[in-house]
Amino acid sequence: MALKIVKGSIDRMFDKNLQDLVRGIRNHKDDEAKYISTCIDEIKQELKQDNIAVKANAVCKLTYLQMLGYDVSWAAFNIVEVMSSSKFTYKRIGYLAASQCFHESTDVIMLTTNQIRKDLSSPNQYDTGVALTGLSCFVTPDLARDLANDIMTLMSHTKPYIRKKAVLIMYKVFLKYPESLRPAFPRLKEKLEDPDPGVQSAAVNVICELARRNPKNYLSLAPLFFKLMTSSTNNWVLIKIIKLFGALTPLEPRLGKKLIEPLTNLIHSTSAMSLLYECVNTVILCVQKLRILIEDSDQNLKYLGLLAMSKILKTHPKSVQSHKDLILQCLDDKDESIRLRALDLLYGMVSKKNLMEIVKKLMLHVDKAEGTTYRDELLTKIIDICSQSNYQYITNFEWYISILVELTRLEGTRHGHLIASQMLDVAIRVKAIRAFAVAQMATLLDNAHLLTGNTQRNGICEVLYAAAWICGEFSEHLENPAQTLEAMLRPKVATLPGHIQAVYVQNTAKLFATILKSQEGNADGTTSEETTQLMIDRLPLFVQSANLEVQERASCILQLVKYIQKLQQKDVEVAEEVSALFAGELNPVAPKAQKKVPVPEGLDLDAWINEPPSESESEDEQPKAIFTKEEPKHSRPRHTEVDEKELAKRREARKQEQANNPFYIKASPSSQKVYQDAPGVEHIPVVQIDLSVPLKVPGLPMSDQYVKLEEERRQKERAEKKKKEKKKRKEKRSGRGKKHDSGPESEEDITPAHMVDIVTEEMPENALPSDEDDKDPNDPHKALDIDLDKPLADSEKLPVRSHRAAEALKSPVEDAEAENAGPQESKKKSSKDKKEKKKDKDRKVDAGNLITSTDLLHLVSLTDGFLFFVCDIQGNLQDGSQVVVSVIFENKCSSFLKSMEFNVLDSLNSKLQRPEGSGPHDGLTVPFQLPPGVSNEARFVFTVQSIVMPQKLKGTLTFIVKNEDSSTHEKLDFKLHFTCTSYLITTPCYSDAFAKLLESGDLKSSSIRLEGVNMPFHHLLARICFHHHFSVVERIDSCASMYSRSIQGHHVCLLVKTSAQTVSIDAKCDEPTLLGNVLDEIKQTFSQC
Amino acid sequence: MQFMLLFSRQGKLRLQKWYVPLSDKEKKKITRELVQTVLARKPKMCSFLEWRDLKIVYKRYASLYFCCAIEDQDNELITLEIIHRYVELLDKYFGSVCELDIIFNFEKAYFILDEFLLGGEAQETSKKNVLKAIEQADLLQEIFERASFQHLLWDSIITHHDIHVTFLRIPKKQRLLAASWRKSDSHKNALLLCSSLAS
Repeated sequence: MALKIVKGSIDRMFDKNLQDLVRGIRNHKDDEAKYISTCIDEIKQELKQDNIAVKANAVCKLTYLQMLGYDVSWAAFNIVEVMSSSKFTYKRIGYLAASQCFHESTDVIMLTTNQIRKDLSSPNQYDTGVALTGLSCFVTPDLARDLANDIMTLMSHTKPYIRKKAVLIMYKVFLKYPESLRPAFPRLKEKLEDPDPGVQSAAVNVICELARRNPKNYLSLAPLFFKLMTSSTNNWVLIKIIKLFGALTPLEPRLGKKLIEPLTNLIHSTSAMSLLYECVNTVILCVQKLRILIEDSDQNLKYLGLLAMSKILKTHPKSVQSHKDLILQCLDDKDESIRLRALDLLYGMVSKKNLMEIVKKLMLHVDKAEGTTYRDELLTKIIDICSQSNYQYITNFEWYISILVELTRLEGTRHGHLIASQMLDVAIRVKAIRAFAVAQMATLLDNAHLLTGNTQRNGICEVLYAAAWICGEFSEHLENPAQTLEAMLRPKVATLPGHIQAVYVQNTAKLFATILKSQEGNADGTTSEETTQLMIDRLPLFVQSANLEVQERASCILQLVKYIQKLQQKDVEVAEEVSALFAGELNPVAPKAQKKVPVPEGLDLDAWINEPPSESESEDEQPKAIFTKEEPKHSRPRHTEVDEKELAKRREARKQEQANNPFYIKASPSSQKVYQDAPGVEHIPVVQIDLSVPLKVPGLPMSDQYVKLEEERRQKERAEKKKKEKKKRKEKRSGRGKKHDSGPESEEDITPAHMVDIVTEEMPENALPSDEDDKDPNDPHKALDIDLDKPLADSEKLPVRSHRAAEALKSPVEDAEAENAGPQESKKKSSKDKKEKKKDKDRKVDAGNLITSTDLLHLVSLTDGFLFFVCDIQGNLQDGSQVVVSVIFENKCSSFLKSMEFNVLDSLNSKLQRPEGSGPHDGLTVPFQLPPGVSNEARFVFTVQSIVMPQKLKGTLTFIVKNEDSSTHEKLDFKLHFTCTSYLITTPCYSDAFAKLLESGDLKSSSIRLEGVNMPFHHLLARICFHHHFSVVERIDSCASMYSRSIQGHHVCLLVKTSAQTVSIDAKCDEPTLLGNVLDEIKQTFSQC
Repeated sequence: MQFMLLFSRQGKLRLQKWYVPLSDKEKKKITRELVQTVLARKPKMCSFLEWRDLKIVYKRYASLYFCCAIEDQDNELITLEIIHRYVELLDKYFGSVCELDIIFNFEKAYFILDEFLLGGEAQETSKKNVLKAIEQADLLQEIFERASFQHLLWDSIITHHDIHVTFLRIPKKQRLLAASWRKSDSHKNALLLCSSLAS
């Protein structure tokens, strides 16, 4: 042992402090990781030492390493040790480390409850402060529940420094333990009028945060806040209040009118931009002011101006639209954040009238944009803008299709699939546009090499997927299907991604069917035979494809075509039958349709259909599954014969496949008129391949021309309308005609160029109407939606710390009752209160949680409805003969309590410390008065000579109850019960030191047995730790050693063993009487459960 | 406010304060992502950006970036003011603060932050009050350290062959004094020597 101490000292000679560590890391830039791992080893050694200064230093270094990204969770217990140091210097470091390293799943947090409670009630305000700060970072639901009442008490602390912190941390407590909101709310409200501005602003902060989430519960506070708003000059507070009103006004329209005046005053008078911004945000009337912000050269203000504008847009779109010029200007800004904001705004600003113009502008930006991310963003925005609310603003779909085609020229975009799905969606749902779309897509297919030439531009070739599908599905609209078919069968196609090839192959078959159909009427069958030959020549390329999907479809279709060729040679008419392959209507399905299908009665989706597989089986199932999956594809027989049955089967399979294809979920073909002749499409352009300009898809009509066309069309319409109106007017002979003449056309006047029939998506029958699936069930604020105006029920009171002794030992409450000759009523009340507490406790134990509210060492007393008082007895570690009793007085009546005097009858052993010069029987004046409903805490110091025996002290509290007209003198007798446990202080101890202590032979031993203890061992240990201030030294299975120390330095060692329901405790202590009493108290604790 | 990060131009984290409980892994991921995004922005750009469902407000002071994450409804300008106020506080406390001050006294930087913000909300809007609280807490620490200095803790004695080595430790400066003496004499002589050296 001696050697160890010496060794420890030598180590400490080389101890690094934080500065050395930081310097070391900076000097080891090359091998930082190695250096730090040696440092961590050193720290581990340091943490093994008993010296708290060394430990604190080590923990401080660990906190730094944690920031650098090293895992320090292994040191959590050491952090707790440093936290529980009595020296502020170390405590501060401990709490800092805890707040940085602890999170909800850190298990040692539950050990800290008692320590934090002790620090919260420390006489030193900085101890309390540091504990509150730490707690704000790592508060868990358990901590919140156990400490809510302590923190609530601190809200009325005498020092504003503590009040302020306590008020703020209450918000975190509410989030973790929503039940505390109602009991704590009256006091929180009270703090809105605290004399200290810091506390006031903290209370405003907390209520504002609460109200923002659930405004309706806070409407009743509006008058109070209104007063604060007009009187406060603190910008920080004003901002919060205005934010709060912003949340309240939608619920109470009258509020809006009242607010206008003070808000306009603020807007005109304030010099703080942040406040101005908040006001503007709330009022949403001052678009002009916003223009000033946006035009400002300061980028920050510009950004915020745009942001506020987008909020106004939601409610007053008209007022924002007049600033379109400004917003379009912002698109040219060099800052991406600002451009993105402006884009967002544009999204909301479009109308039927200006859509084309805005998109044209955006297309220009697409060309100019450097950097693919911004360009991609632009692309998605264009598509979003156009497709919003079911293509509401698009009047000319030909224009839209050409925009989409233009977008395919973008180099290296990731959003090929987005364009593709838009193309599909539009072509499927807008029947009138199909002819045009098919023509465009055919051109695209013909020029496919331009899109695929570069492997980097892979994203865009997704478009071909859509093009191929549209051309195939609506092939009746094609002018020259043979040419398209040829384009789709080019060898180059084989370089495309597999899923696109698959679509190609499938759709050649559809095209083939159309061609047969159109040519069979003709006299000579040569052209159709040529087409068949083309198919037979080209398809083998796809049969060899490495992609299974392509291979499968190609081989299937190849066989089909071969069969058709045979029939053609026999001059059999096949076209009708082939077309029948692709007949049938597939309707679009709404995205949420699957979710809305009601579950049929009696269907349990969670039930196993077969016996659940056993553990061992599932393990070797894995490889088997892979094997079986592959097998059918490899062994699939090549089709040699095709009969009707087979075809039907395939059709079924095809439908199945399409159903599984993600593109079909959103959009599937609505109808297909198979026996229709392909109508002539007028302006299919003549294709020319101009390889020198590879980025342009040549021959396509540019979207710009539509803008012009559209303009002309509208003008014409307007002119016609005017004519009609004039006629009408003439008939009516109205004189005041000029008013109607010009002026901008309104939204409704614009008629779409095409009679657009947008097919709506299908929903399943008897779909559930609910649309609540957007709400996040995990939102922590949801739990705080609590009605605050309801009166508080007894059951809602916060768990007040009450001592186990209050029930089992001769309870001080009972003492107080017995001695208090008060009216009958009070007795009833107090016993009821007690019962409730007991119930509360039972509930908590049931929940399997042991560290609960019932911790405090001592008495709970209640007088004749005037005063409620709780007190806590703690030994003072610094002075072995001192015990501090903290008493919380709470005024329960509606009168004012004053001149409280606390007096205790001294015994030989224990004496109340009185100020110098006062006699041995004088009482101590409680240094405050209590208005109704208020509580406050006072501390009294007792000098104790011997701590080996429990003590009972009799005392009285006298006070004056002051009403408006009278005042009466009241007296309350009570008993203070100093148990031996209250002299013990939780002290951590290491196993080697513990072993040494036991070996020393100075200790007397004693033991007890507890029968019928029915709880898990770790609960049992936690209970002893918690109620009797022990710490666990070592635990091996069902055996543990524990340690604690008295304020006078007695060591108390326990060895706890459990078997079945019997617990045996062997204890050693250098003071046998103390040991006996502590063991008795432990026995009492367990006899209660 | 959800969290505050301080990092250098090189992307080294200098301070982190999380007001929402997150796992270490998540924290690291967020930090990495944000540092990259913020550093990639040019000096003339505005101080706000949208990130996931949060708003990021950052500002650069000399070589340090101060970066806060706030919720959707929070006020960006007041967050900028909070950052600025914190820098002012650091400046007052350290006396024209520089990055090295924060590196070497990172716990102090945390203490100041904790006095200024609590649980992500501004708790004290008066600069004077924050500094007063810090100074008094420091004073408390000082008193304790001075007390232990006066005691001149005697650490230990090593007996090696026929020589006593005695260590004396002065906590504040972390200085260690050692003195050796022949075995024949008492180690108290060594202690005496140490004491005289220390004083």
